[in-house]
Amino acid sequence: MNYTIKINGVSRTVDVDGDMPLLWVLRDELDLKGSKFGCGAGLCGACTVHLDGVAVRGCQTPISSVGTASVSTIEGMTADPVGRRLQEAWLALDVPQCGYCQAGQIMSATALLRRTPRPNDGDIDAAMTGNVCRCCSYTRIRAAIKMAAGSGEKS
Amino acid sequence: MTASRRTFLKVSAAAGGALMLRATLPGAVRAEAPAEPLTAFVRIAPDGVVTILSKNPEIGQGIRTMLPMVIAEELDVAWSQVRIEQAPLDEAKFGRQFAGGSQATPMNYDPLRRVGAAGRQMLVTAAAARWGVPAAECRTEAGVVFHDRTARNLGYGALASDASKLPVPDLARIVLKDPRTFKIIGQPIHGVENPKIVTGQKLFGIDTVVPGMVHAVFQKCPVFGGKVVSANVDTIKKLSGIHDAFIVRGHQGADRQSLTDGVAILAKSWWVANRARDKLEIVWDEGAATSQSSKGFAEKAASLAQGSPASWLRRDGDAQGALKDAAHVVAAAYSYPFLPHIDLEPQNCTAHFQNGKVELWAPTQNPGPGQKLVAATLGIPESDVTVNMTRIGGGFGRRLRNDFMVEAAAISRRAGVPVKLVWNRADDMRHDFYRPAGFHFLKGGLDDKGVLTALSDHFVTFGQGGKLADAAQMEATEFPAALVPNLAFGQSVMELGVPTGPLRAPRSNALAFVFQSFIDELAHKGGRDPVEFRLAILGEPKVLPGGNGRGFDTGRMSAVLRKVAEVSDWANRDSLPARTAKGVAFYFSHFGYFAEVVQTTVSAQGEIKLDHVWVVGDVGSQIINPSGAENQVQGAALDGLGAALGQGITIERGRVVEANFDTVRPLRIDQVPAVEVHFLITDHPPTGLGEPALPPVIPALCNAIFAATGKRIRGLPIDTELLKV
Ligand code: FES
Ligand code: FES
Repeated sequence: MNYTIKINGVSRTVDVDGDMPLLWVLRDELDLKGSKFGCGAGLCGACTVHLDGVAVRGCQTPISSVGTASVSTIEGMTADPVGRRLQEAWLALDVPQCGYCQAGQIMSATALLRRTPRPNDGDIDAAMTGNVCRCCSYTRIRAAIKMAAGSGEKS
Repeated sequence: MTASRRTFLKVSAAAGGALMLRATLPGAVRAEAPAEPLTAFVRIAPDGVVTILSKNPEIGQGIRTMLPMVIAEELDVAWSQVRIEQAPLDEAKFGRQFAGGSQATPMNYDPLRRVGAAGRQMLVTAAAARWGVPAAECRTEAGVVFHDRTARNLGYGALASDASKLPVPDLARIVLKDPRTFKIIGQPIHGVENPKIVTGQKLFGIDTVVPGMVHAVFQKCPVFGGKVVSANVDTIKKLSGIHDAFIVRGHQGADRQSLTDGVAILAKSWWVANRARDKLEIVWDEGAATSQSSKGFAEKAASLAQGSPASWLRRDGDAQGALKDAAHVVAAAYSYPFLPHIDLEPQNCTAHFQNGKVELWAPTQNPGPGQKLVAATLGIPESDVTVNMTRIGGGFGRRLRNDFMVEAAAISRRAGVPVKLVWNRADDMRHDFYRPAGFHFLKGGLDDKGVLTALSDHFVTFGQGGKLADAAQMEATEFPAALVPNLAFGQSVMELGVPTGPLRAPRSNALAFVFQSFIDELAHKGGRDPVEFRLAILGEPKVLPGGNGRGFDTGRMSAVLRKVAEVSDWANRDSLPARTAKGVAFYFSHFGYFAEVVQTTVSAQGEIKLDHVWVVGDVGSQIINPSGAENQVQGAALDGLGAALGQGITIERGRVVEANFDTVRPLRIDQVPAVEVHFLITDHPPTGLGEPALPPVIPALCNAIFAATGKRIRGLPIDTELLKV
């Protein structure tokens, strides 16, 4: 069946089953490979995207449930003022190790800073605990969020 | 390093007046290891851009940044002039191309400095000749040669063509920079691919797109070594969106890295292929491994421990006699589970087989053996197997094995189209090469002053087909060997049907837990401070056998131990609140000396809160990239803590019970403490960082838990039930 969804401001139409998760629509149908597959079960956050600015797990979001919501992905973050600030902080603090989780981390962090521009450690923990970093770059993830929020150390 | 005498440099001119430096380097760090030629390729273009080929796979250890830094430093160019290109797989040309064992630094540091310095010397010589001045009057900076007296300067690009015609300097005699003048080495240089990572560009194996490709899943037998009897592939083929489905037969006589039996399902989208597994019905011949279980292994190990070890790794003095005479004896049984690697990027590979040849796009840590394995399995020459290396979403040793490459190649050949094979998380967790489980039955004896006089270990480990299982060995030099007058290490072996392999800091990641926890038990038994007790065992500085031929320097270990006691305020640990405590441990692996202190608070419900971690490491005279180094060390310490707190694989009826991150639990941000990293800079050649910070953190945590609760952790992952008040 045909679904038309708005992704990073652009309307795209795909012909897929309604229960296909948004993650696989993005990756395999639309060739947007930034959102990553890690667990397929809502347990790692590698697939995190935004629906109307709210962080959701792309692997747990059937395409049929998206409706008219605006979808944002890591590919759209350079054009997003908050997302861009976070990307710059990630670069300034040299956060990535293998890098595989980092798109999902930035997506969760962007949703956090939109809601809570000056997060404390508890806010960061609560917003980011669904995002696994197997390489355990957490110390720098935390510092980069604070830097982007203007509440933490500079590089 | 005498090895640099054998380094061989070739210089040539490339199209358009570029200078090319090609070096064949000695790869061996040990005299007994085969000399594996490595090769460095550097190109200096007329526009001054310096291109350095990165020949090894990048798994997040920062290799693609670090090795070029070393060349660029001695060449004396600005980091902004440097471009890094990934070399293709061609081991005939480049020597071994792999990532693992924290080997890159010890193998490459000195030789690559010499290559850079030789290039700089030739460019200076070319400039001096052009100006008619002595070379000694010229200096370089940021890719420019200066002659200050006549106020002249020329960029490297303008000199590249002249330099390419000069004779090659003798690398063994080349003058290297004084490390105090380093401008790149020792600076925090950031990962070269970070901009692509944070913007979500295609980089990883799983992002590969080949025109016309279809997506595949491959269902293997849940029991290791099981075979397909039959499968309803005709039903699967009729499902909507399915391109093809077929049975793949394992490669006869192949080892576990090679092709095993299974059913491939191909579809236009990976999700459609994976979903079809719900309808897949396979009749398996599960084979002999069904009799194996984690519980059965533990029972067997306990019964073997009643008898004598099957063999001895080491016997010094008379351990049994000394234990009888000891004033205090501690006996304890330690065990640790099988562990998966849980790379966040699931195993995957894209393959295109056509006209008898295959091209692969593979996130592998070890592409050379992968190429050979694919060739052997498909029965085609190695020269008909092309491997493209992609960035890797986590290695940790899992991707030293190349089963996913063989599967993709076989499926593409059968399907006749390019295929991207992606495992789901359950495939990844249930078809790993696990860190082997192990069992240790220890006894230690102290005299009436609390001095360690005797230690014995009966290690019950695993074997496969008459050999020890991969990564299931213990060395006869394991600490405290050679430091206790009466010591016996014995070993017994159980047959294992589960595949095993290296996991970050192989062997050490388990043995550190056992020996550094047991040493702690002995310290407490003797009423001694755990730091002071360890220092007493290490004794006067000396170099003991071990460390892959380089030796274990007890003086370096004592120094990191003293330093970690200092930075963690160990002396004042008694002032901490109830159920908050510090634990200490050290470990030597991959040439690195690490001592660590963990502070934890254990609630009355048994919940473990990680308060703080202090790490002190000695990896020699130079931290090449402090930014990457800190990230690696913090990551390694947290990795160990995550494994201790929430990870383990259970075998039941020959199969893995766990399937996802709900039961094998990665560490999450809300568990993460501050990790403070200190390096002791010593006068020794620099060594690697990816692994040696991991092993000691686990016993440091367990020792802290003991200090906080009085409960000794002798099995992993830590069972918090034991810690309830
Ligand atoms: S892939 Fe969606 S949460 Fe892991
Ligand atoms: S950087 Fe490797 S998983 Fe986060």
